[in-house]
Amino acid sequence: MKLDEHQKAMLAGAEGPARKYAMEQILKVGRFFDAEDCVPISQVHLMADPEALGPSGVDFLESLAKMPLAERRVRVPAITDPRGVDFNAYKRLGQTETMANLERRATAAFEALGFMMTNTCINYQSVIPPVLGEHIAFGDTGSSIYANSVLGARTNFEGGPSALAAALTGYTPRYGYHLDSYRRGKTHFEVTARPRDLAEWGALGGLVGRAMRSYWEVPVLSGIEGPVTSDEIKQFGAALASFGSTPLFHMIGITPEAPDLKAVFDGPIPAATTLGRAEIDRLMDSYRPKDDKLDVVVFAAPQLSLFEMQTLAQHLDGRRIHKDVALLATTSPDIKAAADRMGLTASIEGAGGMVLSGVCFYQMYARDIGEANGWKRLMSNSAKLVNILGGYGYEPILDSMSACVESAVAGRIVGASS
Amino acid sequence: MSTRIYKGHPGPGIKVTGEALVASDNFSARYDLDLVKGIVSRPAHKLAGQSYVGKILILNIAKGGVASAWMLRDMVQSGRTPKALILNFANPIMAQGAAFADLPLIDRFEVDITEAIKSGEMVTVDPAAGTLTVGGVMSASHGQASD
Repeated sequence: MKLDEHQKAMLAGAEGPARKYAMEQILKVGRFFDAEDCVPISQVHLMADPEALGPSGVDFLESLAKMPLAERRVRVPAITDPRGVDFNAYKRLGQTETMANLERRATAAFEALGFMMTNTCINYQSVIPPVLGEHIAFGDTGSSIYANSVLGARTNFEGGPSALAAALTGYTPRYGYHLDSYRRGKTHFEVTARPRDLAEWGALGGLVGRAMRSYWEVPVLSGIEGPVTSDEIKQFGAALASFGSTPLFHMIGITPEAPDLKAVFDGPIPAATTLGRAEIDRLMDSYRPKDDKLDVVVFAAPQLSLFEMQTLAQHLDGRRIHKDVALLATTSPDIKAAADRMGLTASIEGAGGMVLSGVCFYQMYARDIGEANGWKRLMSNSAKLVNILGGYGYEPILDSMSACVESAVAGRIVGASS
Repeated sequence: MSTRIYKGHPGPGIKVTGEALVASDNFSARYDLDLVKGIVSRPAHKLAGQSYVGKILILNIAKGGVASAWMLRDMVQSGRTPKALILNFANPIMAQGAAFADLPLIDRFEVDITEAIKSGEMVTVDPAAGTLTVGGVMSASHGQASD
């Protein structure tokens, strides 16, 4: 892999051990993917919740944070994905002081490195959306797939150690989705039924994700009439990236690199797999429980946009959530502040719900808080969330926001599709 | 017993030998594993309930979220870790995590590696060469592999 003089100097340790680590990480990953050189990136989004970091990850961050200022500060704007603990809510959720202390230590280390603690996975909606062709290093599958697909920016999935390396150097290895050739369509889906709500957009994303055979397979969807909203395509992409491992899709006539089928495929257009009403229903039904017991309703993954917060507040305004059911909604600190100011939080919390700030449900020790609160049967309108939580000891149910709210109020699973 | 050698793409980590634990399922550390118990925890996973500790874990493709990039190092440092991770196709997250953790990782074989190797077989993983060697471990030219 070719390095310029500055990159070589960092690798040799001339700018301290933090940047030396960063260049070594870049080199190891670049060689694994046969990258020819590095590409400068303009912003970094870093996923590093304390559950994922673990004690050893936090120790590592603190070792970097102790270095002299000139050696440890990030070189490009660098922001953070949701954290694991909302300090205004963790005791009520049954999170432990051990978890909170790990969170405090990680946050202090990131601040010492110069990260801006945005604590959000919807930075493309709430912070600075990248633009067409911009090379970036995004570290959440949902933010990466949105930036690549909807905005036409260029990123691989940059897991924490590599996003950190990108922030410390301003570079990432040039492979995969930074290259034109990797962004071409590979597999074709014809969508014959437009999803009716956000849960179904997620289900459609889940169907495509399940069909993906590797990180390098780029799905192309035709048949969807625009316009599609930011929240719809966010749910679609987040689910696609969660069920599969794919950071880019093209939606014909909707996403910027896909004006038509000819523009996105090399050679003949492949035959399409049809995805319609039956397939969406089948995926939703696969999460249908045998009885109507309900413990908790969660709106998260991705964090809620301001518009979603408003919709939830409208559903809950003047209602009362059943005493045996908890309802949680997670959003970014910035959206939470706006929701507070606009009275949306008051509507949700007035009904007995909790609005959590700067966290996302599956990144906040979901297994532990489930056990602490006796939560097993969980309902959400996020296909990504129900996909993840199946491995965390929950029995998740996927349904619309409306059905989720009605169920929370009734204290049992109800709704059009129950 | 004849020796079988499978060639993939070189990756990070040192040479190790261990017992293969194989499934045609996919892999995500966050979604599929109970890192405290050291078992596969996703009920729908073919290896559900089985311990991966000390095994050469051989699966199809990397799936899911970015957390695995941090988690592999914590797994290695806790000792509740597979000896090596072998995939038909890794993704950047697994590569980044294995690089950070120095966990042996090889992918991109000429065959479906989950079909080629059976659970319980002894396998030597040489990440620098990008090879898996099955059988004949004791008589291989490199001698007994280090781990």
